[in-house]
Amino acid sequence: FAEFDDAANLLAANPDATTISIDEPAEIPKNQHSRLQEPGREEDDELLGTDDSDKTELLAGQKKSAPFWTFEYYQTFFDVDTYQVLDRIKGSVFPVPGKNFVRLYIRSNPDLYGPFWICATLVFTIAVSGNLSNFFIHLGKPTYHYVPEFRKVSIAATTIYAYAWLVPLALWGFLMWRNSKVMNIVSYSFLEIVCVYGYSLFIYIPTAILWIIPQKVVRWVLVVFSLCLSGSVLVMTFWPAVRDDNRRIALATVGTILLLHALLAVGCLAYFFDAPELDFPAPIIPAHNGTTVTTKSH
Amino acid sequence: FPGLADVSISQDIPVEGEITVPVGSHSPDEDYSTLDEPVRDTIMRDLKAVGKKFVHVMYPRKSSALLRDWDLWGPLVLCVSLALMLQGGSADSKDDGGPQFAEVFVIIWFGAVVITLNSKLLGGTISFFQSLCVLGYCVLPLTVAMLVCRLVLLAGAGTVSFIVRLIVVVAMFGWSTLASTAFLADSQPPNRKALVVYPIFLFYFVISWMILTFTPQ
Repeated sequence: FAEFDDAANLLAANPDATTISIDEPAEIPKNQHSRLQEPGREEDDELLGTDDSDKTELLAGQKKSAPFWTFEYYQTFFDVDTYQVLDRIKGSVFPVPGKNFVRLYIRSNPDLYGPFWICATLVFTIAVSGNLSNFFIHLGKPTYHYVPEFRKVSIAATTIYAYAWLVPLALWGFLMWRNSKVMNIVSYSFLEIVCVYGYSLFIYIPTAILWIIPQKVVRWVLVVFSLCLSGSVLVMTFWPAVRDDNRRIALATVGTILLLHALLAVGCLAYFFDAPELDFPAPIIPAHNGTTVTTKSH
Repeated sequence: FPGLADVSISQDIPVEGEITVPVGSHSPDEDYSTLDEPVRDTIMRDLKAVGKKFVHVMYPRKSSALLRDWDLWGPLVLCVSLALMLQGGSADSKDDGGPQFAEVFVIIWFGAVVITLNSKLLGGTISFFQSLCVLGYCVLPLTVAMLVCRLVLLAGAGTVSFIVRLIVVVAMFGWSTLASTAFLADSQPPNRKALVVYPIFLFYFVISWMILTFTPQ
């Protein structure tokens, strides 16, 4: 069993091995980039300090060995316990500066439970909160007849699931393409990117509930706040994957990630939540045929 | 491999078991197969099974009848009646009305399938149709709530009726969720129970929302 000891020692000394796409040549650039040594060593120490780090790294290569047409293959994507899901959610809401979400929480065990059910919850939360907020805004008016607006649920579902699955696909494809041109130290699998995106959407759930408050200032403050939190998780995850690239491309990638994230938040706010009426009384303008017409300003 | 040193089998625990070959039919009279019985008997037997399950849902106790002898008649009847009662909402504007019949149907069945798949993927030991059966039968309290809501709405649509409807729907939602967790919780791995219960909660919450926001024309 000497080979196992050697392998264990090698992996314990270099836990980044599983995340590097090409093993042999990647060793050389890692030694050449001296600025990477310090954060790399800190992460090594931090990873070695936990109990099951060697075990997870050893098992990581053997996990998804079932063929893809069996049920067991898909069970490997749901191999999480309650406390792990809660930890990942906590990590997405309270981003620790400098710590990578994928490295810290996912650690070669990406799950599909979090992304799928967070998206489902977000869809229904946005639809229900939007409906409630419109109800409260239009409450006193005599001409208002409450409608449940059920169509918006399917629109919300399409938008959010498309964002949570197609954007990671595009990003993964883009990163793979850049990896073939520029040697990047860190590369993520498609499932890890889906995981990060799914968990980063969690902050929008309480934000959507608080959007019921019919004040424009409050809503925009919430948008900015939640965008900062989840955007920082995304940036801290993807910056190490693109920083070795051309400066402009790296900045453009991170900028696009943030822009799409902001578009999702602002788009949901604009479409599902009617603008709250302003408080001052509307002026009455006499129309040309003598009847008075009341105008509302938005 | 230091961990393997701790594993040992004590010498004084005998290893034993039994092998039984299940006997084929349980009925005492072999020559009276169910193919020859009157149609009324067949229908009544199935109706009694469905009715017994309804009683089990309303008074959830640890019984295996719902799980062992699953059937999907009850869920079908409940789903169709709930979807029918949710019709007759604001039907003039196609865009903003309540859910269509097909939408309710799809939400209930597709939602139940997704929850079942979720619990099986997380390592649950329950079979696919047993879980569908439980989830479908536990829609019964919400169907009762829908009936009560429609009756209350016949009397009026003001604030008082809304509060009454809210209380009824919330109570029935709690009942549904508790009943289905009582039946399904045992088959889940212990440290993932919350992961399995949450989608069930979401599922019944969505159905309750559809019931509560039903506004007649």
